[in-house]
Parts: sequence; structure tokens; C-alpha cells
Amino acid sequence: MNSTLNDANPDSSTEPVLSVRNLQTVFRTDRELIRAVDGISFDISKGETLGIVGESGSGKSVTARSIMGLVDSPGEILPKSSIKFNGEELTEYTDAEYQQIRGSGIGMVFQDPLKSLNPVYTVGNQIKEALRINRGISGQEATDKAIELLEDVAIPDPARRLKEYPHEFSGGMRQRAVIAMMLACDPDLLICDEPTTALDVTIQAQIIELLQDLQEERDLAILFITHDMGVIAEISDRVNVMYAGEFVEKAPVTELFENPKHPYTEGLLDAIPGTNAEKERLNTIEGDVPTPNEQATYCRFAPRCPKAFEDCEQVHPVHVPISEDGEHSAACLLYPEDRSTEEAVEYHRERGREAEDVPEGDHA
Amino acid sequence: MSKPSTSPSSATDQPNETLVEVEGLKKYYGEAGRFSGPPVKAVDGVTFNIEEGETLGLVGESGSGKTTLGRTLIQLETATEGRVSFSGQDITKLSGDELKQWRKNAQIVFQDPESSLNDRMTVGELVREPLDAHDWKSPAERREKVRSLLSAVGLQEDHYFRYPHQFSGGQRQRIGIARALALEPDFLVLDEPVSALDASVQAKILNLLEDLQEEFGLTYLFIAHDLSVVRHICDRVAVMYLGKIMEIGETEELYTDAQNPYTKSLLSAIPRPDPTSERTRITLPGTPPSPRDPPEGCQFSTRCPAKIRPEQFADLNDDTWDAIEQFREVVRERTRLDVGVRDRMKRQLGVFSKFDDIEAAATELFDDVEIPPDVEKPIQTAIEHVKDGYPGRARNHLKAEFGGVCDTQRPEMHPVSESGRLSYCHRHSDEYADVDTTLERRTDGH
Repeated sequence: MNSTLNDANPDSSTEPVLSVRNLQTVFRTDRELIRAVDGISFDISKGETLGIVGESGSGKSVTARSIMGLVDSPGEILPKSSIKFNGEELTEYTDAEYQQIRGSGIGMVFQDPLKSLNPVYTVGNQIKEALRINRGISGQEATDKAIELLEDVAIPDPARRLKEYPHEFSGGMRQRAVIAMMLACDPDLLICDEPTTALDVTIQAQIIELLQDLQEERDLAILFITHDMGVIAEISDRVNVMYAGEFVEKAPVTELFENPKHPYTEGLLDAIPGTNAEKERLNTIEGDVPTPNEQATYCRFAPRCPKAFEDCEQVHPVHVPISEDGEHSAACLLYPEDRSTEEAVEYHRERGREAEDVPEGDHA
Repeated sequence: MSKPSTSPSSATDQPNETLVEVEGLKKYYGEAGRFSGPPVKAVDGVTFNIEEGETLGLVGESGSGKTTLGRTLIQLETATEGRVSFSGQDITKLSGDELKQWRKNAQIVFQDPESSLNDRMTVGELVREPLDAHDWKSPAERREKVRSLLSAVGLQEDHYFRYPHQFSGGQRQRIGIARALALEPDFLVLDEPVSALDASVQAKILNLLEDLQEEFGLTYLFIAHDLSVVRHICDRVAVMYLGKIMEIGETEELYTDAQNPYTKSLLSAIPRPDPTSERTRITLPGTPPSPRDPPEGCQFSTRCPAKIRPEQFADLNDDTWDAIEQFREVVRERTRLDVGVRDRMKRQLGVFSKFDDIEAAATELFDDVEIPPDVEKPIQTAIEHVKDGYPGRARNHLKAEFGGVCDTQRPEMHPVSESGRLSYCHRHSDEYADVDTTLERRTDGH
């Protein structure tokens, strides 16, 4: 997977499959406005895997659901947000148009495969339904195609399995069946929301391998969401670290693990048990992810940050490029490193004001 | 089953006494009744010891029987066979008042802090409940005890009157721990205590558990499916698969130099938080077989990457052999299917056709591998059996033709290191090439 990273770069001049700009998804409650996703931007190109990592409550799943158009009232995507899929602006789509995209452009794999499968229909039935609705294939042709799809996701004895119900499948097998259903729609983009979290490690390894093979065969773009740093390291080309609705650090995967810049990323990497066996105690990040219920005029990580100083409560950090090609950036007042703290804070203040003036501007 | 040879070895470097001795423990479900099928063999003969003050990790995939083993150890389940003794006393024989008295010594912390606490009781009541149940001292002393427990697990004393829903997952797990500690037990079963928590919260609970162990001199059985957590907290680890302990020994040693093929595969499947790591991953095929119908030989034989081949097939091309193994798995899966009354009649009349699609499956598997005649014939026979509606016969036929020692005989626990680590595998006996050589040869071939 990592080897494709270098190959992917020259292609990035072409149009990305998915391009998200300033996505803001909010939930209105009686008391407050919860900014579950607060102004994130990213691109995914063909054949590339973008990982989004963060603790629970950081807004990872809402991001995925926003792209799929699955945010229901009281949730709402704010007007200035933009989600472009193959050049089409998805935020302006009607429900019917969205249905079309879900059928043929974007596939989504959830954590719990049982929720994506109907218990009273056979697996074959459900795959054939997807084929009939989205690609107009039916009858024997659909059956043959369904067998082929199950073979593609490495389910043994596919003809027999087609006639079985979801409860007769094991957990890993169900997840494969869901992936097969998604492939039935021949998607360009696959969104995987914690697809391996509920599975055992040996089965997780199988699914990761399967996703990598499928990506290679079909040149899929994959958005992979997880809280597991190990899985992220294995599957992603690039990683965005999410915290309280915002991206705090973006980097190519090797760079992120070798050279983490944001204190939150450092904390996440330090809290992984078992990596340094000789260490007596595990490092922890104090406190919990806050609920982002007001505008970000400060750093949301500051209350838990070991390196926080006074200005962190006052100034909202913008993304500062760390590497020269701009592939690695962190949103923290400690950067740019070559400036004094005061200068750095001033830099963030300045850039923050600019961004407000040009809300559409791509601060990717 | 070999005799418990773990005790002398671990006793040499630790003067501690053995707290828990488990010998040939079995737990089967659903064997009563004339019409019930074969029992589910959740725990199928395990033998090990836990020293006083140590943390023994129990890892394995879901369905390997680790939770059942933990529950049987503290008599939440009645053992089908075997002995569990605490400080020399066999507790599988206890009942009534004796058992209730003994229960004070061994408690459990459950995996899911959302469902293991009664939402209608305050935190104080929850933690006090075990004290009330055992009529511990006076009510005033109980309340005092609860307060000290709350502060011991890192909660505030004024949390006493709050309800569980007002707490986060990590805090709820702390309540569960306080409750388990109330009767001052010697032994705690921790059943996946951090699996439902976020990484940073996980770390806090693990630190707390280590502190408590030191403070109260506790002995832990730590059940987990996450091997990296286990590596951090455990002194020794037992790896379970389908009701059997595959390997047991000192943690660091087991992680850095695993001997059993299953342990090796399991460790290699953990995603490393290091994108540059260049290791060869052993991806296991398929899923564990049903514990209702475990393999006759080694439990791991259906997925083992180092399975011993019978001699006459030693030179067979690897791809062909893999295809044969996969075909056996397909046939095995078919024996699981029920044949209805109508199909049974058809079978009698010789017009059974439900399983004709086995040919397609076979063609798919053997399509692009070379098949020597001594392989082709048994496969053809097996296909005929399946088509006639008797996948069981096909399965036995294939086993007779292609089965090696791993398919037919249960391995022994072999000592594999100087510290007394034991591993359950035929490859450790001198007759066969050892695990490492075999795995290297195989991964090179691919």
C-alpha cells in the first residue's frame, strides 16, 4: 500500500474523485448548536486511501455520513460547505439524485455488517437486488454476476453461499458480503467506517488485505475511518487526524508516524499499549473529547494539551505547512517552528482573519 | 494432555505460591437430552496454574472459549469435567453456603460497562451491594468502605449519590472495578475490561488496574482479544483457540519468539502502528470451525499454515495442496447443512440434486493448478459423495486420503523454552521439521 504513495503523487494533478471543502455539519438541539464537523477540507484521488483517525466523538462518522447524504434532521450541512464527487456538487443534490450516487458512485461499509444486511433475505437476493436496481441486470445473468462478486471478495463456495441468510455467515464473511454488495454498484469511492473494529485480528487482516487487493484491481479511492492507529498505518496513504470536528494534522502516513507535530497526534501515538514494552506506565491524554458547541475561536485541544499556553484559549490555530510540498500540515500555535511564539501566534491570527474573509478559500 | 509442568518452572524465578490450579478443565454446553446434537465444546481440557500476585493474560479470537474459561474458574458456570483449586481447595465441588462464602475470594469485572451496571441504582448502592449480600460488618462501616473504594478507583466521594448514566464509559468501568473489589478478593477475572473504551481511556484503566494490583496484592486473569494490551499488563500469557490452550508462557518471550503456528499467525495479524514495517504477514484462511464439531486432531488444523502433510504428498506443489485444503473446507462446510425430509427421500431414491453445485466449486478451486492422478481420484470420489447427498462421507474420504497427523491426532503440550513455555503442536516433536523452517519455506514460495 505504501508503495502506491509515490505513484499516486504525479496523478494528483488530475481531478480528485472526492473533494471536500469547508464541510460544516451541525446538529441543532433546543439548547445549543453542536458543530460535529467544523470546517474540514480534503481530497481523495483514484487508487488512493485517505485515513481519518480520532477518538470517539471526534466527528469521523458524521463526516462519512455527510458525504453519503445520510445526515438527517436535526442535523444539517451548512450552506458554505462543498462536497464535490467527480466534479459534481453533492450538497445541492435532491434525495433522488443522491440515491443514484449511492447506487453507482459511492459505496459505504459500516462497522456492523448486520445492520447493512436484511435478515429475512438471502445474501444472494440482496446482491442481486443491488445489481438489478443499479445496473439493470437480472435473472441468470445477475446470479452469475453475484457469484463472481462473492468470488472477488474471497468467499469460498460462492454458489452455495448465495442461497444462505446473513445469520449463517460469520462476522468476517458478512463484512465481505457487504463489500460485495458495494462492488455490485461498481463504485469509484468506497467509504469504510470502522469496517474491521468488530472483527478479530486474523479476520481484520483478511479484510484489510481484501480491500488492498480490490483497490489495486479497480483503482478505487478509499476513505478509511478508524480509531486504531495500527490499522491506519497499515492501510492509508495519507492520514488526517480529527479532533472535535476539526482536522488537527494532515500528513502522508510514514511522515505522520515518524514525525508527528501536533501534541494531540503525539498523545495518540504515545497511548498505544504494547509498542514500547519496557515502559512501565502508559501515557494518557487527560480528559475527554469536548462537544464542539460553539464557534472555534480557540484551540479545542487546549484544555487537554500538555503544551498549551495562554494564547491557545484566544486564537484559533490554522493549518501550518510543515513539509515543503505542503503535504504535511498541523493546526497548532507552536508552528511555524522557525518563529518565536509571539510571531507564530500573530501568524495564526492573521491567517485566521484572511480565512474568514474568503470562506471558500482552500486552506488544504 | 501433559501434566502441569508450568508450576516448577515459574516457581523457580518467583518464590510465589500457586493460587489457582486448573487441571483438565472442560465446559460443554447442551449435552443433555436425547435429541440434542453434539455438545458445544467451549472449553475442552485446559491445564494451567496462576501464581499469587501475577497477571495471566488469556487471549484468543471470539468463540475461542476464553470468557467461558474465566467464568468457569470462578464458578459462574459449572465445570463439565476437571478440577479448579484455589489454594489447594477444589471449588468445583462447592455448593450452597460454602460456595457463597468462597465467592468473596474471586470476583469478575465485565466487558461492557454500559450493561453491567443497574441504571436504577446509585453508584453507592451498586458498590455496596456485594457488601450487603455478604452481610459485611455494620451499615455505617459499609458506607465508609464504599467511600474508600470510590477514591481508590479514582472517583470522587460525592459520586456516591449519582446514577451510572451520568458517567462516561471509563468512569463506569471504574465503578465496576470498585464493585468487584468491595469484598477484598484475592483473585479478579477481568473479562475484556478495556475493549469497549477509547485508547486514551484504556491507558488510564490499565494504569489503575496495575496500581490496584500493587496496593491490594491482587492476582488477575486478564481476558482480552487485543494482544497489545495484554503485552503491556500481563506477566504470562495463554493463547486459546477453540477451547484449547495453544501456547502458554512468559509474556515478552512469547511475543518476541512465539513457537506455536497459531500464536505466530495471531501476532503477525496485529496491525503495527508503524507504516514502514516490512514484515511478512501470515494471513490465516477462513474462520475457526464450529466448537460443536471441532477437528478430530489439532483444533487449529483447518487453518494452520504449518500443517504437516502426509508423506506421499510431501513433494506436491504448494498451490495444489492449498486447493485441496480449501476443497476440504468447502466439503466440511457442507456437512454443516441440514438435509430436509424431502431431500432425504430424494437421496434414498438416488435423485438428489441439491448439492450439484459442488462441481462448480471444485472447478473454481482446481482450475489453474496441476492435479496428479493420485489427487484427482479421491477428489472425484468426494464430489460424487457430495452430489449423492452425503457430504459426511466425502469429508471422511478426503480425510483418509489427505489427512496427516494433524488431522487425526491431538498434539501434546511440548516445552519450547527454558522458562517452561508450553506449546500445543505436533511440529515440536523431533519427527517433523520445526515451525519456523516450514513457515519460511512456505512464505518464500509465494
